[in-house]
Amino acid sequence: MITLAFVYVIAGLFFGLLCVLSARATRWGNAAFYALLSLSMLAGNQLGDFGNGVLALALVGIAGFGLMAKGGQVSTTPAERQVEADRRGNALFVPALIIPATALLGTLLFKQLPGLADPKQVTIIALAIGVILALLACQLWLRPNPIAPFEAGRGLLDTVGWAAVLPQMLASLGAVFALAGVGDVVGGLVGQAIPNGSLLGAVLAFGLGMALFTMIMGNAFAAFPVMSAAIGVPLLIHAHHGNPAIVCAIGMLSGFCGTLMTPMAANFNIVPAALLELKDQNAVIRAQIGTALPLLAVNIALIYWLAFPG
Amino acid sequence: MIGVLERHGLQERARTLIAGLKGATVGRLLTGYLLIRQLTAALGLTSIAGHAQTVRPLVAPMAVAAAASDDETTNDQVKAMAAATDNIGLFFGEDIFIAIGSILLMKGFLEQQGIVLEPLELSVWAIPTAIAAFLIHGFRLWRFDRRLKR
Repeated sequence: MITLAFVYVIAGLFFGLLCVLSARATRWGNAAFYALLSLSMLAGNQLGDFGNGVLALALVGIAGFGLMAKGGQVSTTPAERQVEADRRGNALFVPALIIPATALLGTLLFKQLPGLADPKQVTIIALAIGVILALLACQLWLRPNPIAPFEAGRGLLDTVGWAAVLPQMLASLGAVFALAGVGDVVGGLVGQAIPNGSLLGAVLAFGLGMALFTMIMGNAFAAFPVMSAAIGVPLLIHAHHGNPAIVCAIGMLSGFCGTLMTPMAANFNIVPAALLELKDQNAVIRAQIGTALPLLAVNIALIYWLAFPG
Repeated sequence: MIGVLERHGLQERARTLIAGLKGATVGRLLTGYLLIRQLTAALGLTSIAGHAQTVRPLVAPMAVAAAASDDETTNDQVKAMAAATDNIGLFFGEDIFIAIGSILLMKGFLEQQGIVLEPLELSVWAIPTAIAAFLIHGFRLWRFDRRLKR
């Protein structure tokens, strides 16, 4: 039976290889960063909560103090790429589509054949298999140097830098908030504000709360655990028996509406204004509000109608 | 994996695809881009387009050219709309893909709460919002076109 451990081992080995490649290029900061990531994937279970906490702090330390060098690795030239793009045409998209296709088919297949994979984690396992298949297909078709995929992966991750782990970090921040009882406080406040047992009131508070909290934190990932612990799970899912998948999925998207309206989400809203040399650094946010507000209303209505039948 | 394909011209191909959109107006061009961005993001291809990859080198200049205006304020508005379209396409497309960060975060959170769900069950519920996002932003782009004409 294939379990999640299999996926962790693969991811751990991948980051381990990135570590070796970084060390070879004498980028010690990057090498240490990938070594820690690899360690957490391979031995996270043995490290215990305290060990993992120290590890996370070390990752933040390396990234935060700017010890990671950025991208700048040798790749093909733009002209070479243009020639290949023209020659291979839209077929270039095919290997990229192997991954989602395998993930989707694998999920459905593993459901039909229980015992092959851990039933709780089928999608992630299918995804890992998809990545391996796609890499094999690329290797056969494009015939790059066998190290090339890993060099390219390192190039991409170095460019993205520690933003690659930022979502997980923000999610943990949200979890810490939730553990520290912020969720209960918010929940208590909201509980008083909503007329007793009003479903519409609770849905409104959840959707608007997700958007507002996202605007403050700059990221829906941090808002989600707090608002869900405060309102989503206790009120909408338990008290009113809402469908958890719908409440959470559309709740998260309500948060995304908030992301469109806040300068705190700098990489989406402020950086492009700078890239496009706009005079008003909030111009992108201004262009987005007109879509974000009606869409937020639609999301709240969708939760209300879809998650609570009858 | 995506890195290898990029070395072999994936981004260039995506650019050709967008450049092939024969939209005479800003609105039509950006609506086409919105659709492509949502569809590719829904397939997990979130990084083939973006502000640095496509908006600055390609979409914004094309939109400005389509607007054919000498007014700098108008041109800034057109560029901002191009960037906004990229964000909206990305945000309300990516959650349809089953292995994006936010879906995995929700799955993990719900597991802690004792609710076990498949990512697929979560991601299908991103589809209604994705359609609504396309309709709302498409409508706004259509109105943007009419305002530009005046």
